[in-house]
Amino acid sequence: MKLLRNSILALTAFTAAPALADITLYSGRGEPLVAPIIAAFTAETGIRVNVRYAGTAELAILLQEEGDASPADLYWAQDATALGAVAARMMTLPDALVASVPAAYRDTENRWVATSGRGRIIARATDRVDEADLPASLLDLTAPEWNGRVVWAPTNGSLHGHLTAMRAVMGEDATRDFLQAFIANNPIAVRNNTAIVQAILDGEGDIGLTNNYYVSRALSRATDAPIAQALFDDGDIGNLLLVAAIGIPQSSANGEDAMKFIEFLLSPKAQQFFVSDVQEFEVVPGSTIAPGGMLSMEQVLTAAPEIDLNTLTDLEGTLQMLRDLGVL
Amino acid sequence: MPAARVVFSVIGLGIGALMLLPLIWLMLRAFEADLATVQSLILRPRTRMLLWNTGLLVLCTLALATAMALPLAWLVSRTDLRGRRLVNILAVIPLATPGYVMAYALIGLSGNFGFMNQVFGFTIPRLQGLWGATLALALYTFPYIYLNLRAAFAGLDQSLEEAARALGASPREVFFRVTLPHLMPALMAGWLVVGLYVIGDFGAVALMRYEVFSYAIYIQFSAAFDRVYAAWLALMLIAIALSVVWWESRLREGAHFARTGSGTGIGRRRVALSPPGQILGWGFVALVVLAAIGLPIAVLSFWMIRLDDLPAILPALLRAFSQSLSVAAPSALLAAAMALPVAVLAVRYPSPLSTFINRLAFIGYAVPALAFALAFVFFSLNAARFLYQTHLLLVTVYALSFLALALGPIRSALYQARPSVEEAARALGHGPLSVFARVTLPTIRPGVVAGMVLVFVIAMKELPIAFLLAPTGFRPLSITMFSRTSEGMLMDAAPYAAAIMVFSALFVGFVLRHDKKSE
Repeated sequence: MKLLRNSILALTAFTAAPALADITLYSGRGEPLVAPIIAAFTAETGIRVNVRYAGTAELAILLQEEGDASPADLYWAQDATALGAVAARMMTLPDALVASVPAAYRDTENRWVATSGRGRIIARATDRVDEADLPASLLDLTAPEWNGRVVWAPTNGSLHGHLTAMRAVMGEDATRDFLQAFIANNPIAVRNNTAIVQAILDGEGDIGLTNNYYVSRALSRATDAPIAQALFDDGDIGNLLLVAAIGIPQSSANGEDAMKFIEFLLSPKAQQFFVSDVQEFEVVPGSTIAPGGMLSMEQVLTAAPEIDLNTLTDLEGTLQMLRDLGVL
Repeated sequence: MPAARVVFSVIGLGIGALMLLPLIWLMLRAFEADLATVQSLILRPRTRMLLWNTGLLVLCTLALATAMALPLAWLVSRTDLRGRRLVNILAVIPLATPGYVMAYALIGLSGNFGFMNQVFGFTIPRLQGLWGATLALALYTFPYIYLNLRAAFAGLDQSLEEAARALGASPREVFFRVTLPHLMPALMAGWLVVGLYVIGDFGAVALMRYEVFSYAIYIQFSAAFDRVYAAWLALMLIAIALSVVWWESRLREGAHFARTGSGTGIGRRRVALSPPGQILGWGFVALVVLAAIGLPIAVLSFWMIRLDDLPAILPALLRAFSQSLSVAAPSALLAAAMALPVAVLAVRYPSPLSTFINRLAFIGYAVPALAFALAFVFFSLNAARFLYQTHLLLVTVYALSFLALALGPIRSALYQARPSVEEAARALGHGPLSVFARVTLPTIRPGVVAGMVLVFVIAMKELPIAFLLAPTGFRPLSITMFSRTSEGMLMDAAPYAAAIMVFSALFVGFVLRHDKKSE
């Protein structure tokens, strides 16, 4: 009897423990990248954040599926495309909150706002690939010389954003043809951007499609790591300036605290963190002083084709294409 | 009808309903799509590829695991190999390395920064795909087959083999026509356990990037826009698992291996190994031990040594540990609480209804973890909103999934508890529920504790169910270790992998203790 009683007591104690947090954040951004800034937010405001880390697309689907009953107070996506896809569920953010961010980096109706920018780049193993031998265009990666050598992360939010942009610029058919040829060229599929860099360092693949700060971070940890990054030729679809973005679901019951979080992310302190610690780009012009990584925002903007981030909302179409091609 | 029986039957049926209901939601979700979509999803070449890969992985794992387990069991049971007791322990220890930790060890060997290159100076390619997954799973699961085979060797009457020899059969013929057929039931029982494990495994195949059903379900769940295909994959996976169970029971039916003659079997005789035979035998043991125990320990120590700041990691490690604990402990209690009425029904009140309830209790074990978890995602989202993303749901699903594990020892204990004591208590005026609480429960306590320990340890390292049902902010050891490894951060994953291994070693100790008792 005692055993049973103790059991029931323990069971209640363990399961009834309330989540001691004030707001719930769905983060498509990886824990190693953003956990410090979330901790800084809590330290400054006293607002505790319960974070659900998962894939950017996974969380977008979850938000759709949960509908009005979603526990999320914030959705922070690795790429704005995913927020575009669920924009209808997001509340309009007050102008005062997001006005500091240029219109190009937020939703036309302020349903999401960028928190930091990054360049899509090509990473290379410096001991196996010379800079001169890198392809001039992303579209050249279908050439036989890259067979089995390219690392990519087909389930990753940044790649989904990139592909959505390609569909917008090049058209559906051309993107599909490229992808088909690219897949036929036996790329090495890994889970995310960190894994891309790791696979190149480990000698599994020679070049990889990723975001600039992942290479910067690898180099800041070990300056002699045999890895470097480069852009394709100017104007190539391989070069893109993409943004991580955040929004508040209409169903959130803690809108005010959630807005404080966004306010914090756009503050000079957080922007400086993204630039100097994560090695991304600022989205609030002039808010940071210390320089970031090896690649500047201007370089990426010069090299990238012009794209209106607000038009990139068809995440579903991109995922469908990947499924049709047998990747998902 | 005694009141206790009614109460237990109602509870048992309730547990059965809890197992089945979510599966209905899984089906509802699967049939949400129109017929054309369903057809194109099921018939797409990828599905065929997944089916082929899953079948291939099961076959290869069973073959490799048997190739390790059968000689070991023979050496321990049938020869005078020196140090057989030690070999017996060594053959069970690999259970301490779950599939995904074994995959971690195999991956940690390769690459420029891997064990082989840093220690021996040459780089080996990353193990992956079918061979990687087969190795990771077989090295972990072969003890299940070993334990079954060893028991079968012990129970096999050697006079049969001698009769065959006397009738002129060669040793080879004796093995294939007498010994092996008699080992078949045990072999198949082992294959069933391992087969179901392989079908349901998620961590090892995901890390080895081998595309089988469970991995595909995970990919669909994490990166596809609708979940209909995930639901269909889950249904297909369940169908595969159930067909394996059915196939195993069909093959066992109608087989007769018991002695029919009078008298007793002859005592056990052992093959005397010549000195080269001893060396050969130990060579084989060494090979298996090196791969299954030496490898994970070496690779793990290699990465642990490279950790420069262990104290800084400790708080996070402790947090993950306590999170694992916060779910595993109540799961064990709940599983035992659920198993009690089901076991009492089976032992004290046998009837078609109690058989039915006991069959239902095995659903959670037979249904592959990811599919089971997915069913509960749909169920809680649509029908039990208050459970969605809660610890309570995760605990409940663990309890249901591992109910069969708790049931085993509790049922055995009940069989050994004498009903006459209970009857005496009844005669002294106690009601049936009072008898259960004051007589039965204290008597079978060791069995209940054993069941709880089993569930507890398994739940501590569980990965796929936690992955799909984790409450927001819940990052147990298994998930942390898996995500770090899949990001290629082997060094950061090391302390978590070590914690899991140390903990699983408890499980092995437990198995060994029971093994000793049953001998």
